[in-house]
Amino acid sequence: MEMPKPDDMILNRKDAIVAALQEVLPSDAVIHDAFETKAYECDGLTAYRCPPLAAVLPASTEEVAAVLKVCHRMGVPVVPRGSGTSLAGGALPTEDSVILGVARMNDVIETNYADRYIRVQTGRTNLSVTGAVEEDGFFYAPDPSSQLACAIAGNIAMNSGGAHCLKYGVTTNNLMGVTMVTMDGEVIEIGRAHLDAGGLDLLGVICGSEGQLGVVTEATLRILPKPEGARPVLMAFNSNEVAGECVSDIIKSGILPVAIEFMDRPCIEACEAFAKAGYPMCEALLIVEVEGSEMEIDAQLAQIMDIAARNDPVEMREAKDADEAGRIWLGRKSAFGAMGQINDYMCLDGTIPVSALPEVLRRIKQMSAEYGLDVANVFHAGDGNMHPLILFDANKPGDLELCEAFGADILRLCVEVGGCLTGEHGVGVEKRDLMSDQFDPADLEAQMRVKDVFDPAWLLNPAKVFPLAASRDRRHA
Amino acid sequence: MMRPGTEAELAEIVRDATGPLRIVGGGTRSVGPTGGEAVSTAGLSGVRLYEPGALTLVVGAGTSLGEVETVLAGEGQALAFEPSDMRGLLATTGDSTIGGVIAANASGPRRIQAGAARDFALGVRFVDGAGEIIKNGGRVMKNVTGYDLVKLMCGSWGTLGVLTEISLKVLPAPKSRACVLVYGLSVGDAVEVMSRALGSPYEVTGAAHAPVGVDGHPVTMLRVEGFEAQVAYRAAEIAKLAGDGAVIESDPDKVAAGWAWVRDVGALQGGAGDIWRISVKPSDAATVVEAIGAEAVMLDWGGGLIWARMAEGTDLRARMHVPGHATRVRGGGDVPAFHPQNAGVAKIEAGLRARFDPRGILNPGLMA
Repeated sequence: MEMPKPDDMILNRKDAIVAALQEVLPSDAVIHDAFETKAYECDGLTAYRCPPLAAVLPASTEEVAAVLKVCHRMGVPVVPRGSGTSLAGGALPTEDSVILGVARMNDVIETNYADRYIRVQTGRTNLSVTGAVEEDGFFYAPDPSSQLACAIAGNIAMNSGGAHCLKYGVTTNNLMGVTMVTMDGEVIEIGRAHLDAGGLDLLGVICGSEGQLGVVTEATLRILPKPEGARPVLMAFNSNEVAGECVSDIIKSGILPVAIEFMDRPCIEACEAFAKAGYPMCEALLIVEVEGSEMEIDAQLAQIMDIAARNDPVEMREAKDADEAGRIWLGRKSAFGAMGQINDYMCLDGTIPVSALPEVLRRIKQMSAEYGLDVANVFHAGDGNMHPLILFDANKPGDLELCEAFGADILRLCVEVGGCLTGEHGVGVEKRDLMSDQFDPADLEAQMRVKDVFDPAWLLNPAKVFPLAASRDRRHA
Repeated sequence: MMRPGTEAELAEIVRDATGPLRIVGGGTRSVGPTGGEAVSTAGLSGVRLYEPGALTLVVGAGTSLGEVETVLAGEGQALAFEPSDMRGLLATTGDSTIGGVIAANASGPRRIQAGAARDFALGVRFVDGAGEIIKNGGRVMKNVTGYDLVKLMCGSWGTLGVLTEISLKVLPAPKSRACVLVYGLSVGDAVEVMSRALGSPYEVTGAAHAPVGVDGHPVTMLRVEGFEAQVAYRAAEIAKLAGDGAVIESDPDKVAAGWAWVRDVGALQGGAGDIWRISVKPSDAATVVEAIGAEAVMLDWGGGLIWARMAEGTDLRARMHVPGHATRVRGGGDVPAFHPQNAGVAKIEAGLRARFDPRGILNPGLMA
C-alpha cells in the first residue's frame, strides 16, 4: 500500500505547527510527543501504521473551527478520526498530518420524541445514541457491528450500515441535519429537524464522503419507536444455491424481514468450534429475523418456513422465546471472533446482486484453491452485502500481500457481476486503488470535483478514496 | 423540442448547446421559471433490468411513472416512496417520468415511514452540463463506493445534469391497508395525535390532516399497512391511541382513494392563488399554519409537510419564523420558487453548479 511521501516542509515546521495549535486549544488537547502520537498510528485496518505529526482533541465546534483554520493557514493535511474503528484505513494518518479526533465531543444536545429526533455531538458512540432514548421506547436504527465503540462522526463519514438495513436503511437514510466545519474553518448548518433539507442534497453527499469534505461536529438523527418484539428462524441447506434461491423467494413473497444473514460451511464450522451454538452441520445457514407483536411474528415466521420448506431444508429451528433467539444469534455474532481464533483474517465487504450469489460463492471457492488461502463467508444476504473473511498468517512473509491480491480479485468479481467494492466499510486506503475497476475516469473526476468545492486545497484526508494517480495533481496543486 | 433517443445523442446536444436548455421529463410537476430550448428525456425510456427477488429495477429516465408502476405491480411490488400525481394541483397534462420524479425528489405520504425518493435511488447515469456522461452508485442496496452523487442528483431539478438512467430499490406492495380517522381536531391537536401514532411501534405509514376534508370538516388520517391480520391489529391499537371518536376505515378502495387524495393534495386542487410546499418539524406546524394566513392548507408527514394556498404574490417565507424551507410549486412573482439557502450552503451550491454545469446552461436560474 503506497502512501504519499510526507512533505518535509511540514515535518520541519512541526514545532511551529504544534505551537499554533496550542494557542487555540487547551494544552491537554494537543498531543505531539512521539510516544503519545503512536496511539493514533492506525485504525481498524491494523496492517498499516504511521504516527501523525500531532493529534488534537477539540471539545466543541468552535475549537474544531480554530484547529482547521490553523491547519488551513499552515497548509497541513488533517485526518479526521471518530473512534478509529474503520476497517478501510479511513483514519490512517500520514507522517505530515494532524489527526483531529472528535472523542471529547459526546454530549446529547437535544432529544425530541414528538418529532422523533435526537441531536448529538458526533464523538458520541453509535450504541450510546440508542442508550439515550431506549428507556423511552426509541432506538437509533443503523447498527454497525462495531456499534459499542464507533462514533457517529465515523458513521456519517463512512455511511455505515449494519445487519438491519434491509428494513431501516443505512446512516444516510437516518440523518436529518449536521453542523459541519469546512477545511477553511467555516461552520455550516445543513438541514435540521425537518425532513429533506432544502436545496441540493448536500447531506446526501457529505454522508459517505469519508471525512474528505468537512468535519461534522453535531448531527440530528432520526429515532424510531422500538418494535414490540423480534425473533429469528434458523434454516439449514445442503447447497449455497438453494439457500440463495430461498432468500430470493422470501423477498419475492412480500415479507420484509428485518435481517437475513447467511453463513457458509467454513464459517459454520469455525463458529461451532468457537461458540458451540449447536448449529446443524450443512453447506449454508440462513438466519431470518422478523419484528412485530407475537401474533405478527408467528404469522411471518410460519410463512417464511413454508417458503423454505419448498427449498429442501436440512433443518429449521424457530426461536420460540428470547433464550432460543439468543442461541440462534450466538454463533453468527461470534463469527469474527471465531475466525480470529483460527488465524489472522481480512474482512471484505463487496456487495453483489442477490441473484449472483451462487456464482460468486463458486468462484471465490475456486480462487481460494488457486491462492491457497481459506475463505469463510458470512453476510447480510437480504441486501447482497458480502463479508468474505480471508484467512492468512501475518507472520509468514508474503502472506499479507497474497491475501490482499486475493481480496482484490474478489472485489473485482463483485464489480463484474454488477455489484460494488464496498457496501458499508468504505474505500479508505484499502480499496482506493481498485476504484478504477468500478469507475471510469469521468466518474472519478465528477466525484473529485465535489471535493474541489468543499476543500479546494485538498488538505482533508487527502490520500484516501481516489487512486493516488488520479488525485495526484489536485493534492500537489 | 429536442428529443434524443440515446444517451450519446443527449450528450452531443448538451455539448453543442450554445444557450440555455430546459430539461423536460413529463412536464407534470414543473416548478418555477425556466427558459431555453426544451430537451425531452422521453426518448430515453424502457425497463433495462428488473429483479423482483433482489428488489431492484433499472429504467431509462424517460420511462413513464405509469409504466414503472405497472411493471412493479405485476410482481406485487411498488415504489415505496409513493410519488404524487401533480397534474390536478398544477393543472398540467402528460405523463410523469421516473426521471422527473427523481429530479424532483418527489415523495408522497409514505415518506414519513419508508423514506423519500432519494432513499430509494441506488444508482444514476447522467449527462453533466459539459456533455460528459457520468455514472454513480449502482444497482445494489448497500454501496459506499466513492461519493454519493446519486443523492446529489435527486432533487437537483436537472440543474447539475440530465438523468438518463436510474436504478431503484423497490419494495413489496402492502397486501392490505386500513385508515384510522379522527374528525374535528384543530391543527395543534391533530399534530399531537399524529405524533403519538408515529411514536408507537405500529409503523404508521401515513399521517395527514386536512382542516377542510372532503365532507367540509376537519379530518385526521392515520394509515397502517401489512398483511390482513396485522393491519386489523395495528388499526385497532392506533384507534385506541388516537382517543375517543376514532373510527377505522377498512374498505380497501376507500382507503386507497383517501390516500391518493392526500398524496395528490386534493384539498388544494382548483382555485386561484399560489401553492406552497413547506417542510418544518411537525411540532412547529400549528404555529406556521397560524402565522402564514393561508386560504387553505393540508398537512402530511405527521405535520412535517404543509401544503398551503396563498393569495397570489405573497412572500410566505417572511411569515414562517421557524427553521425549515418552503417551495412555491405554483404561481409566480418576485419571490424565488426555491428557498434561499444560508450563506455557507449557498456558497457550496454555487461551487457545485459551477463544476457540474460550467456554462450555466441546464435549467439556469431554476433553483438559485
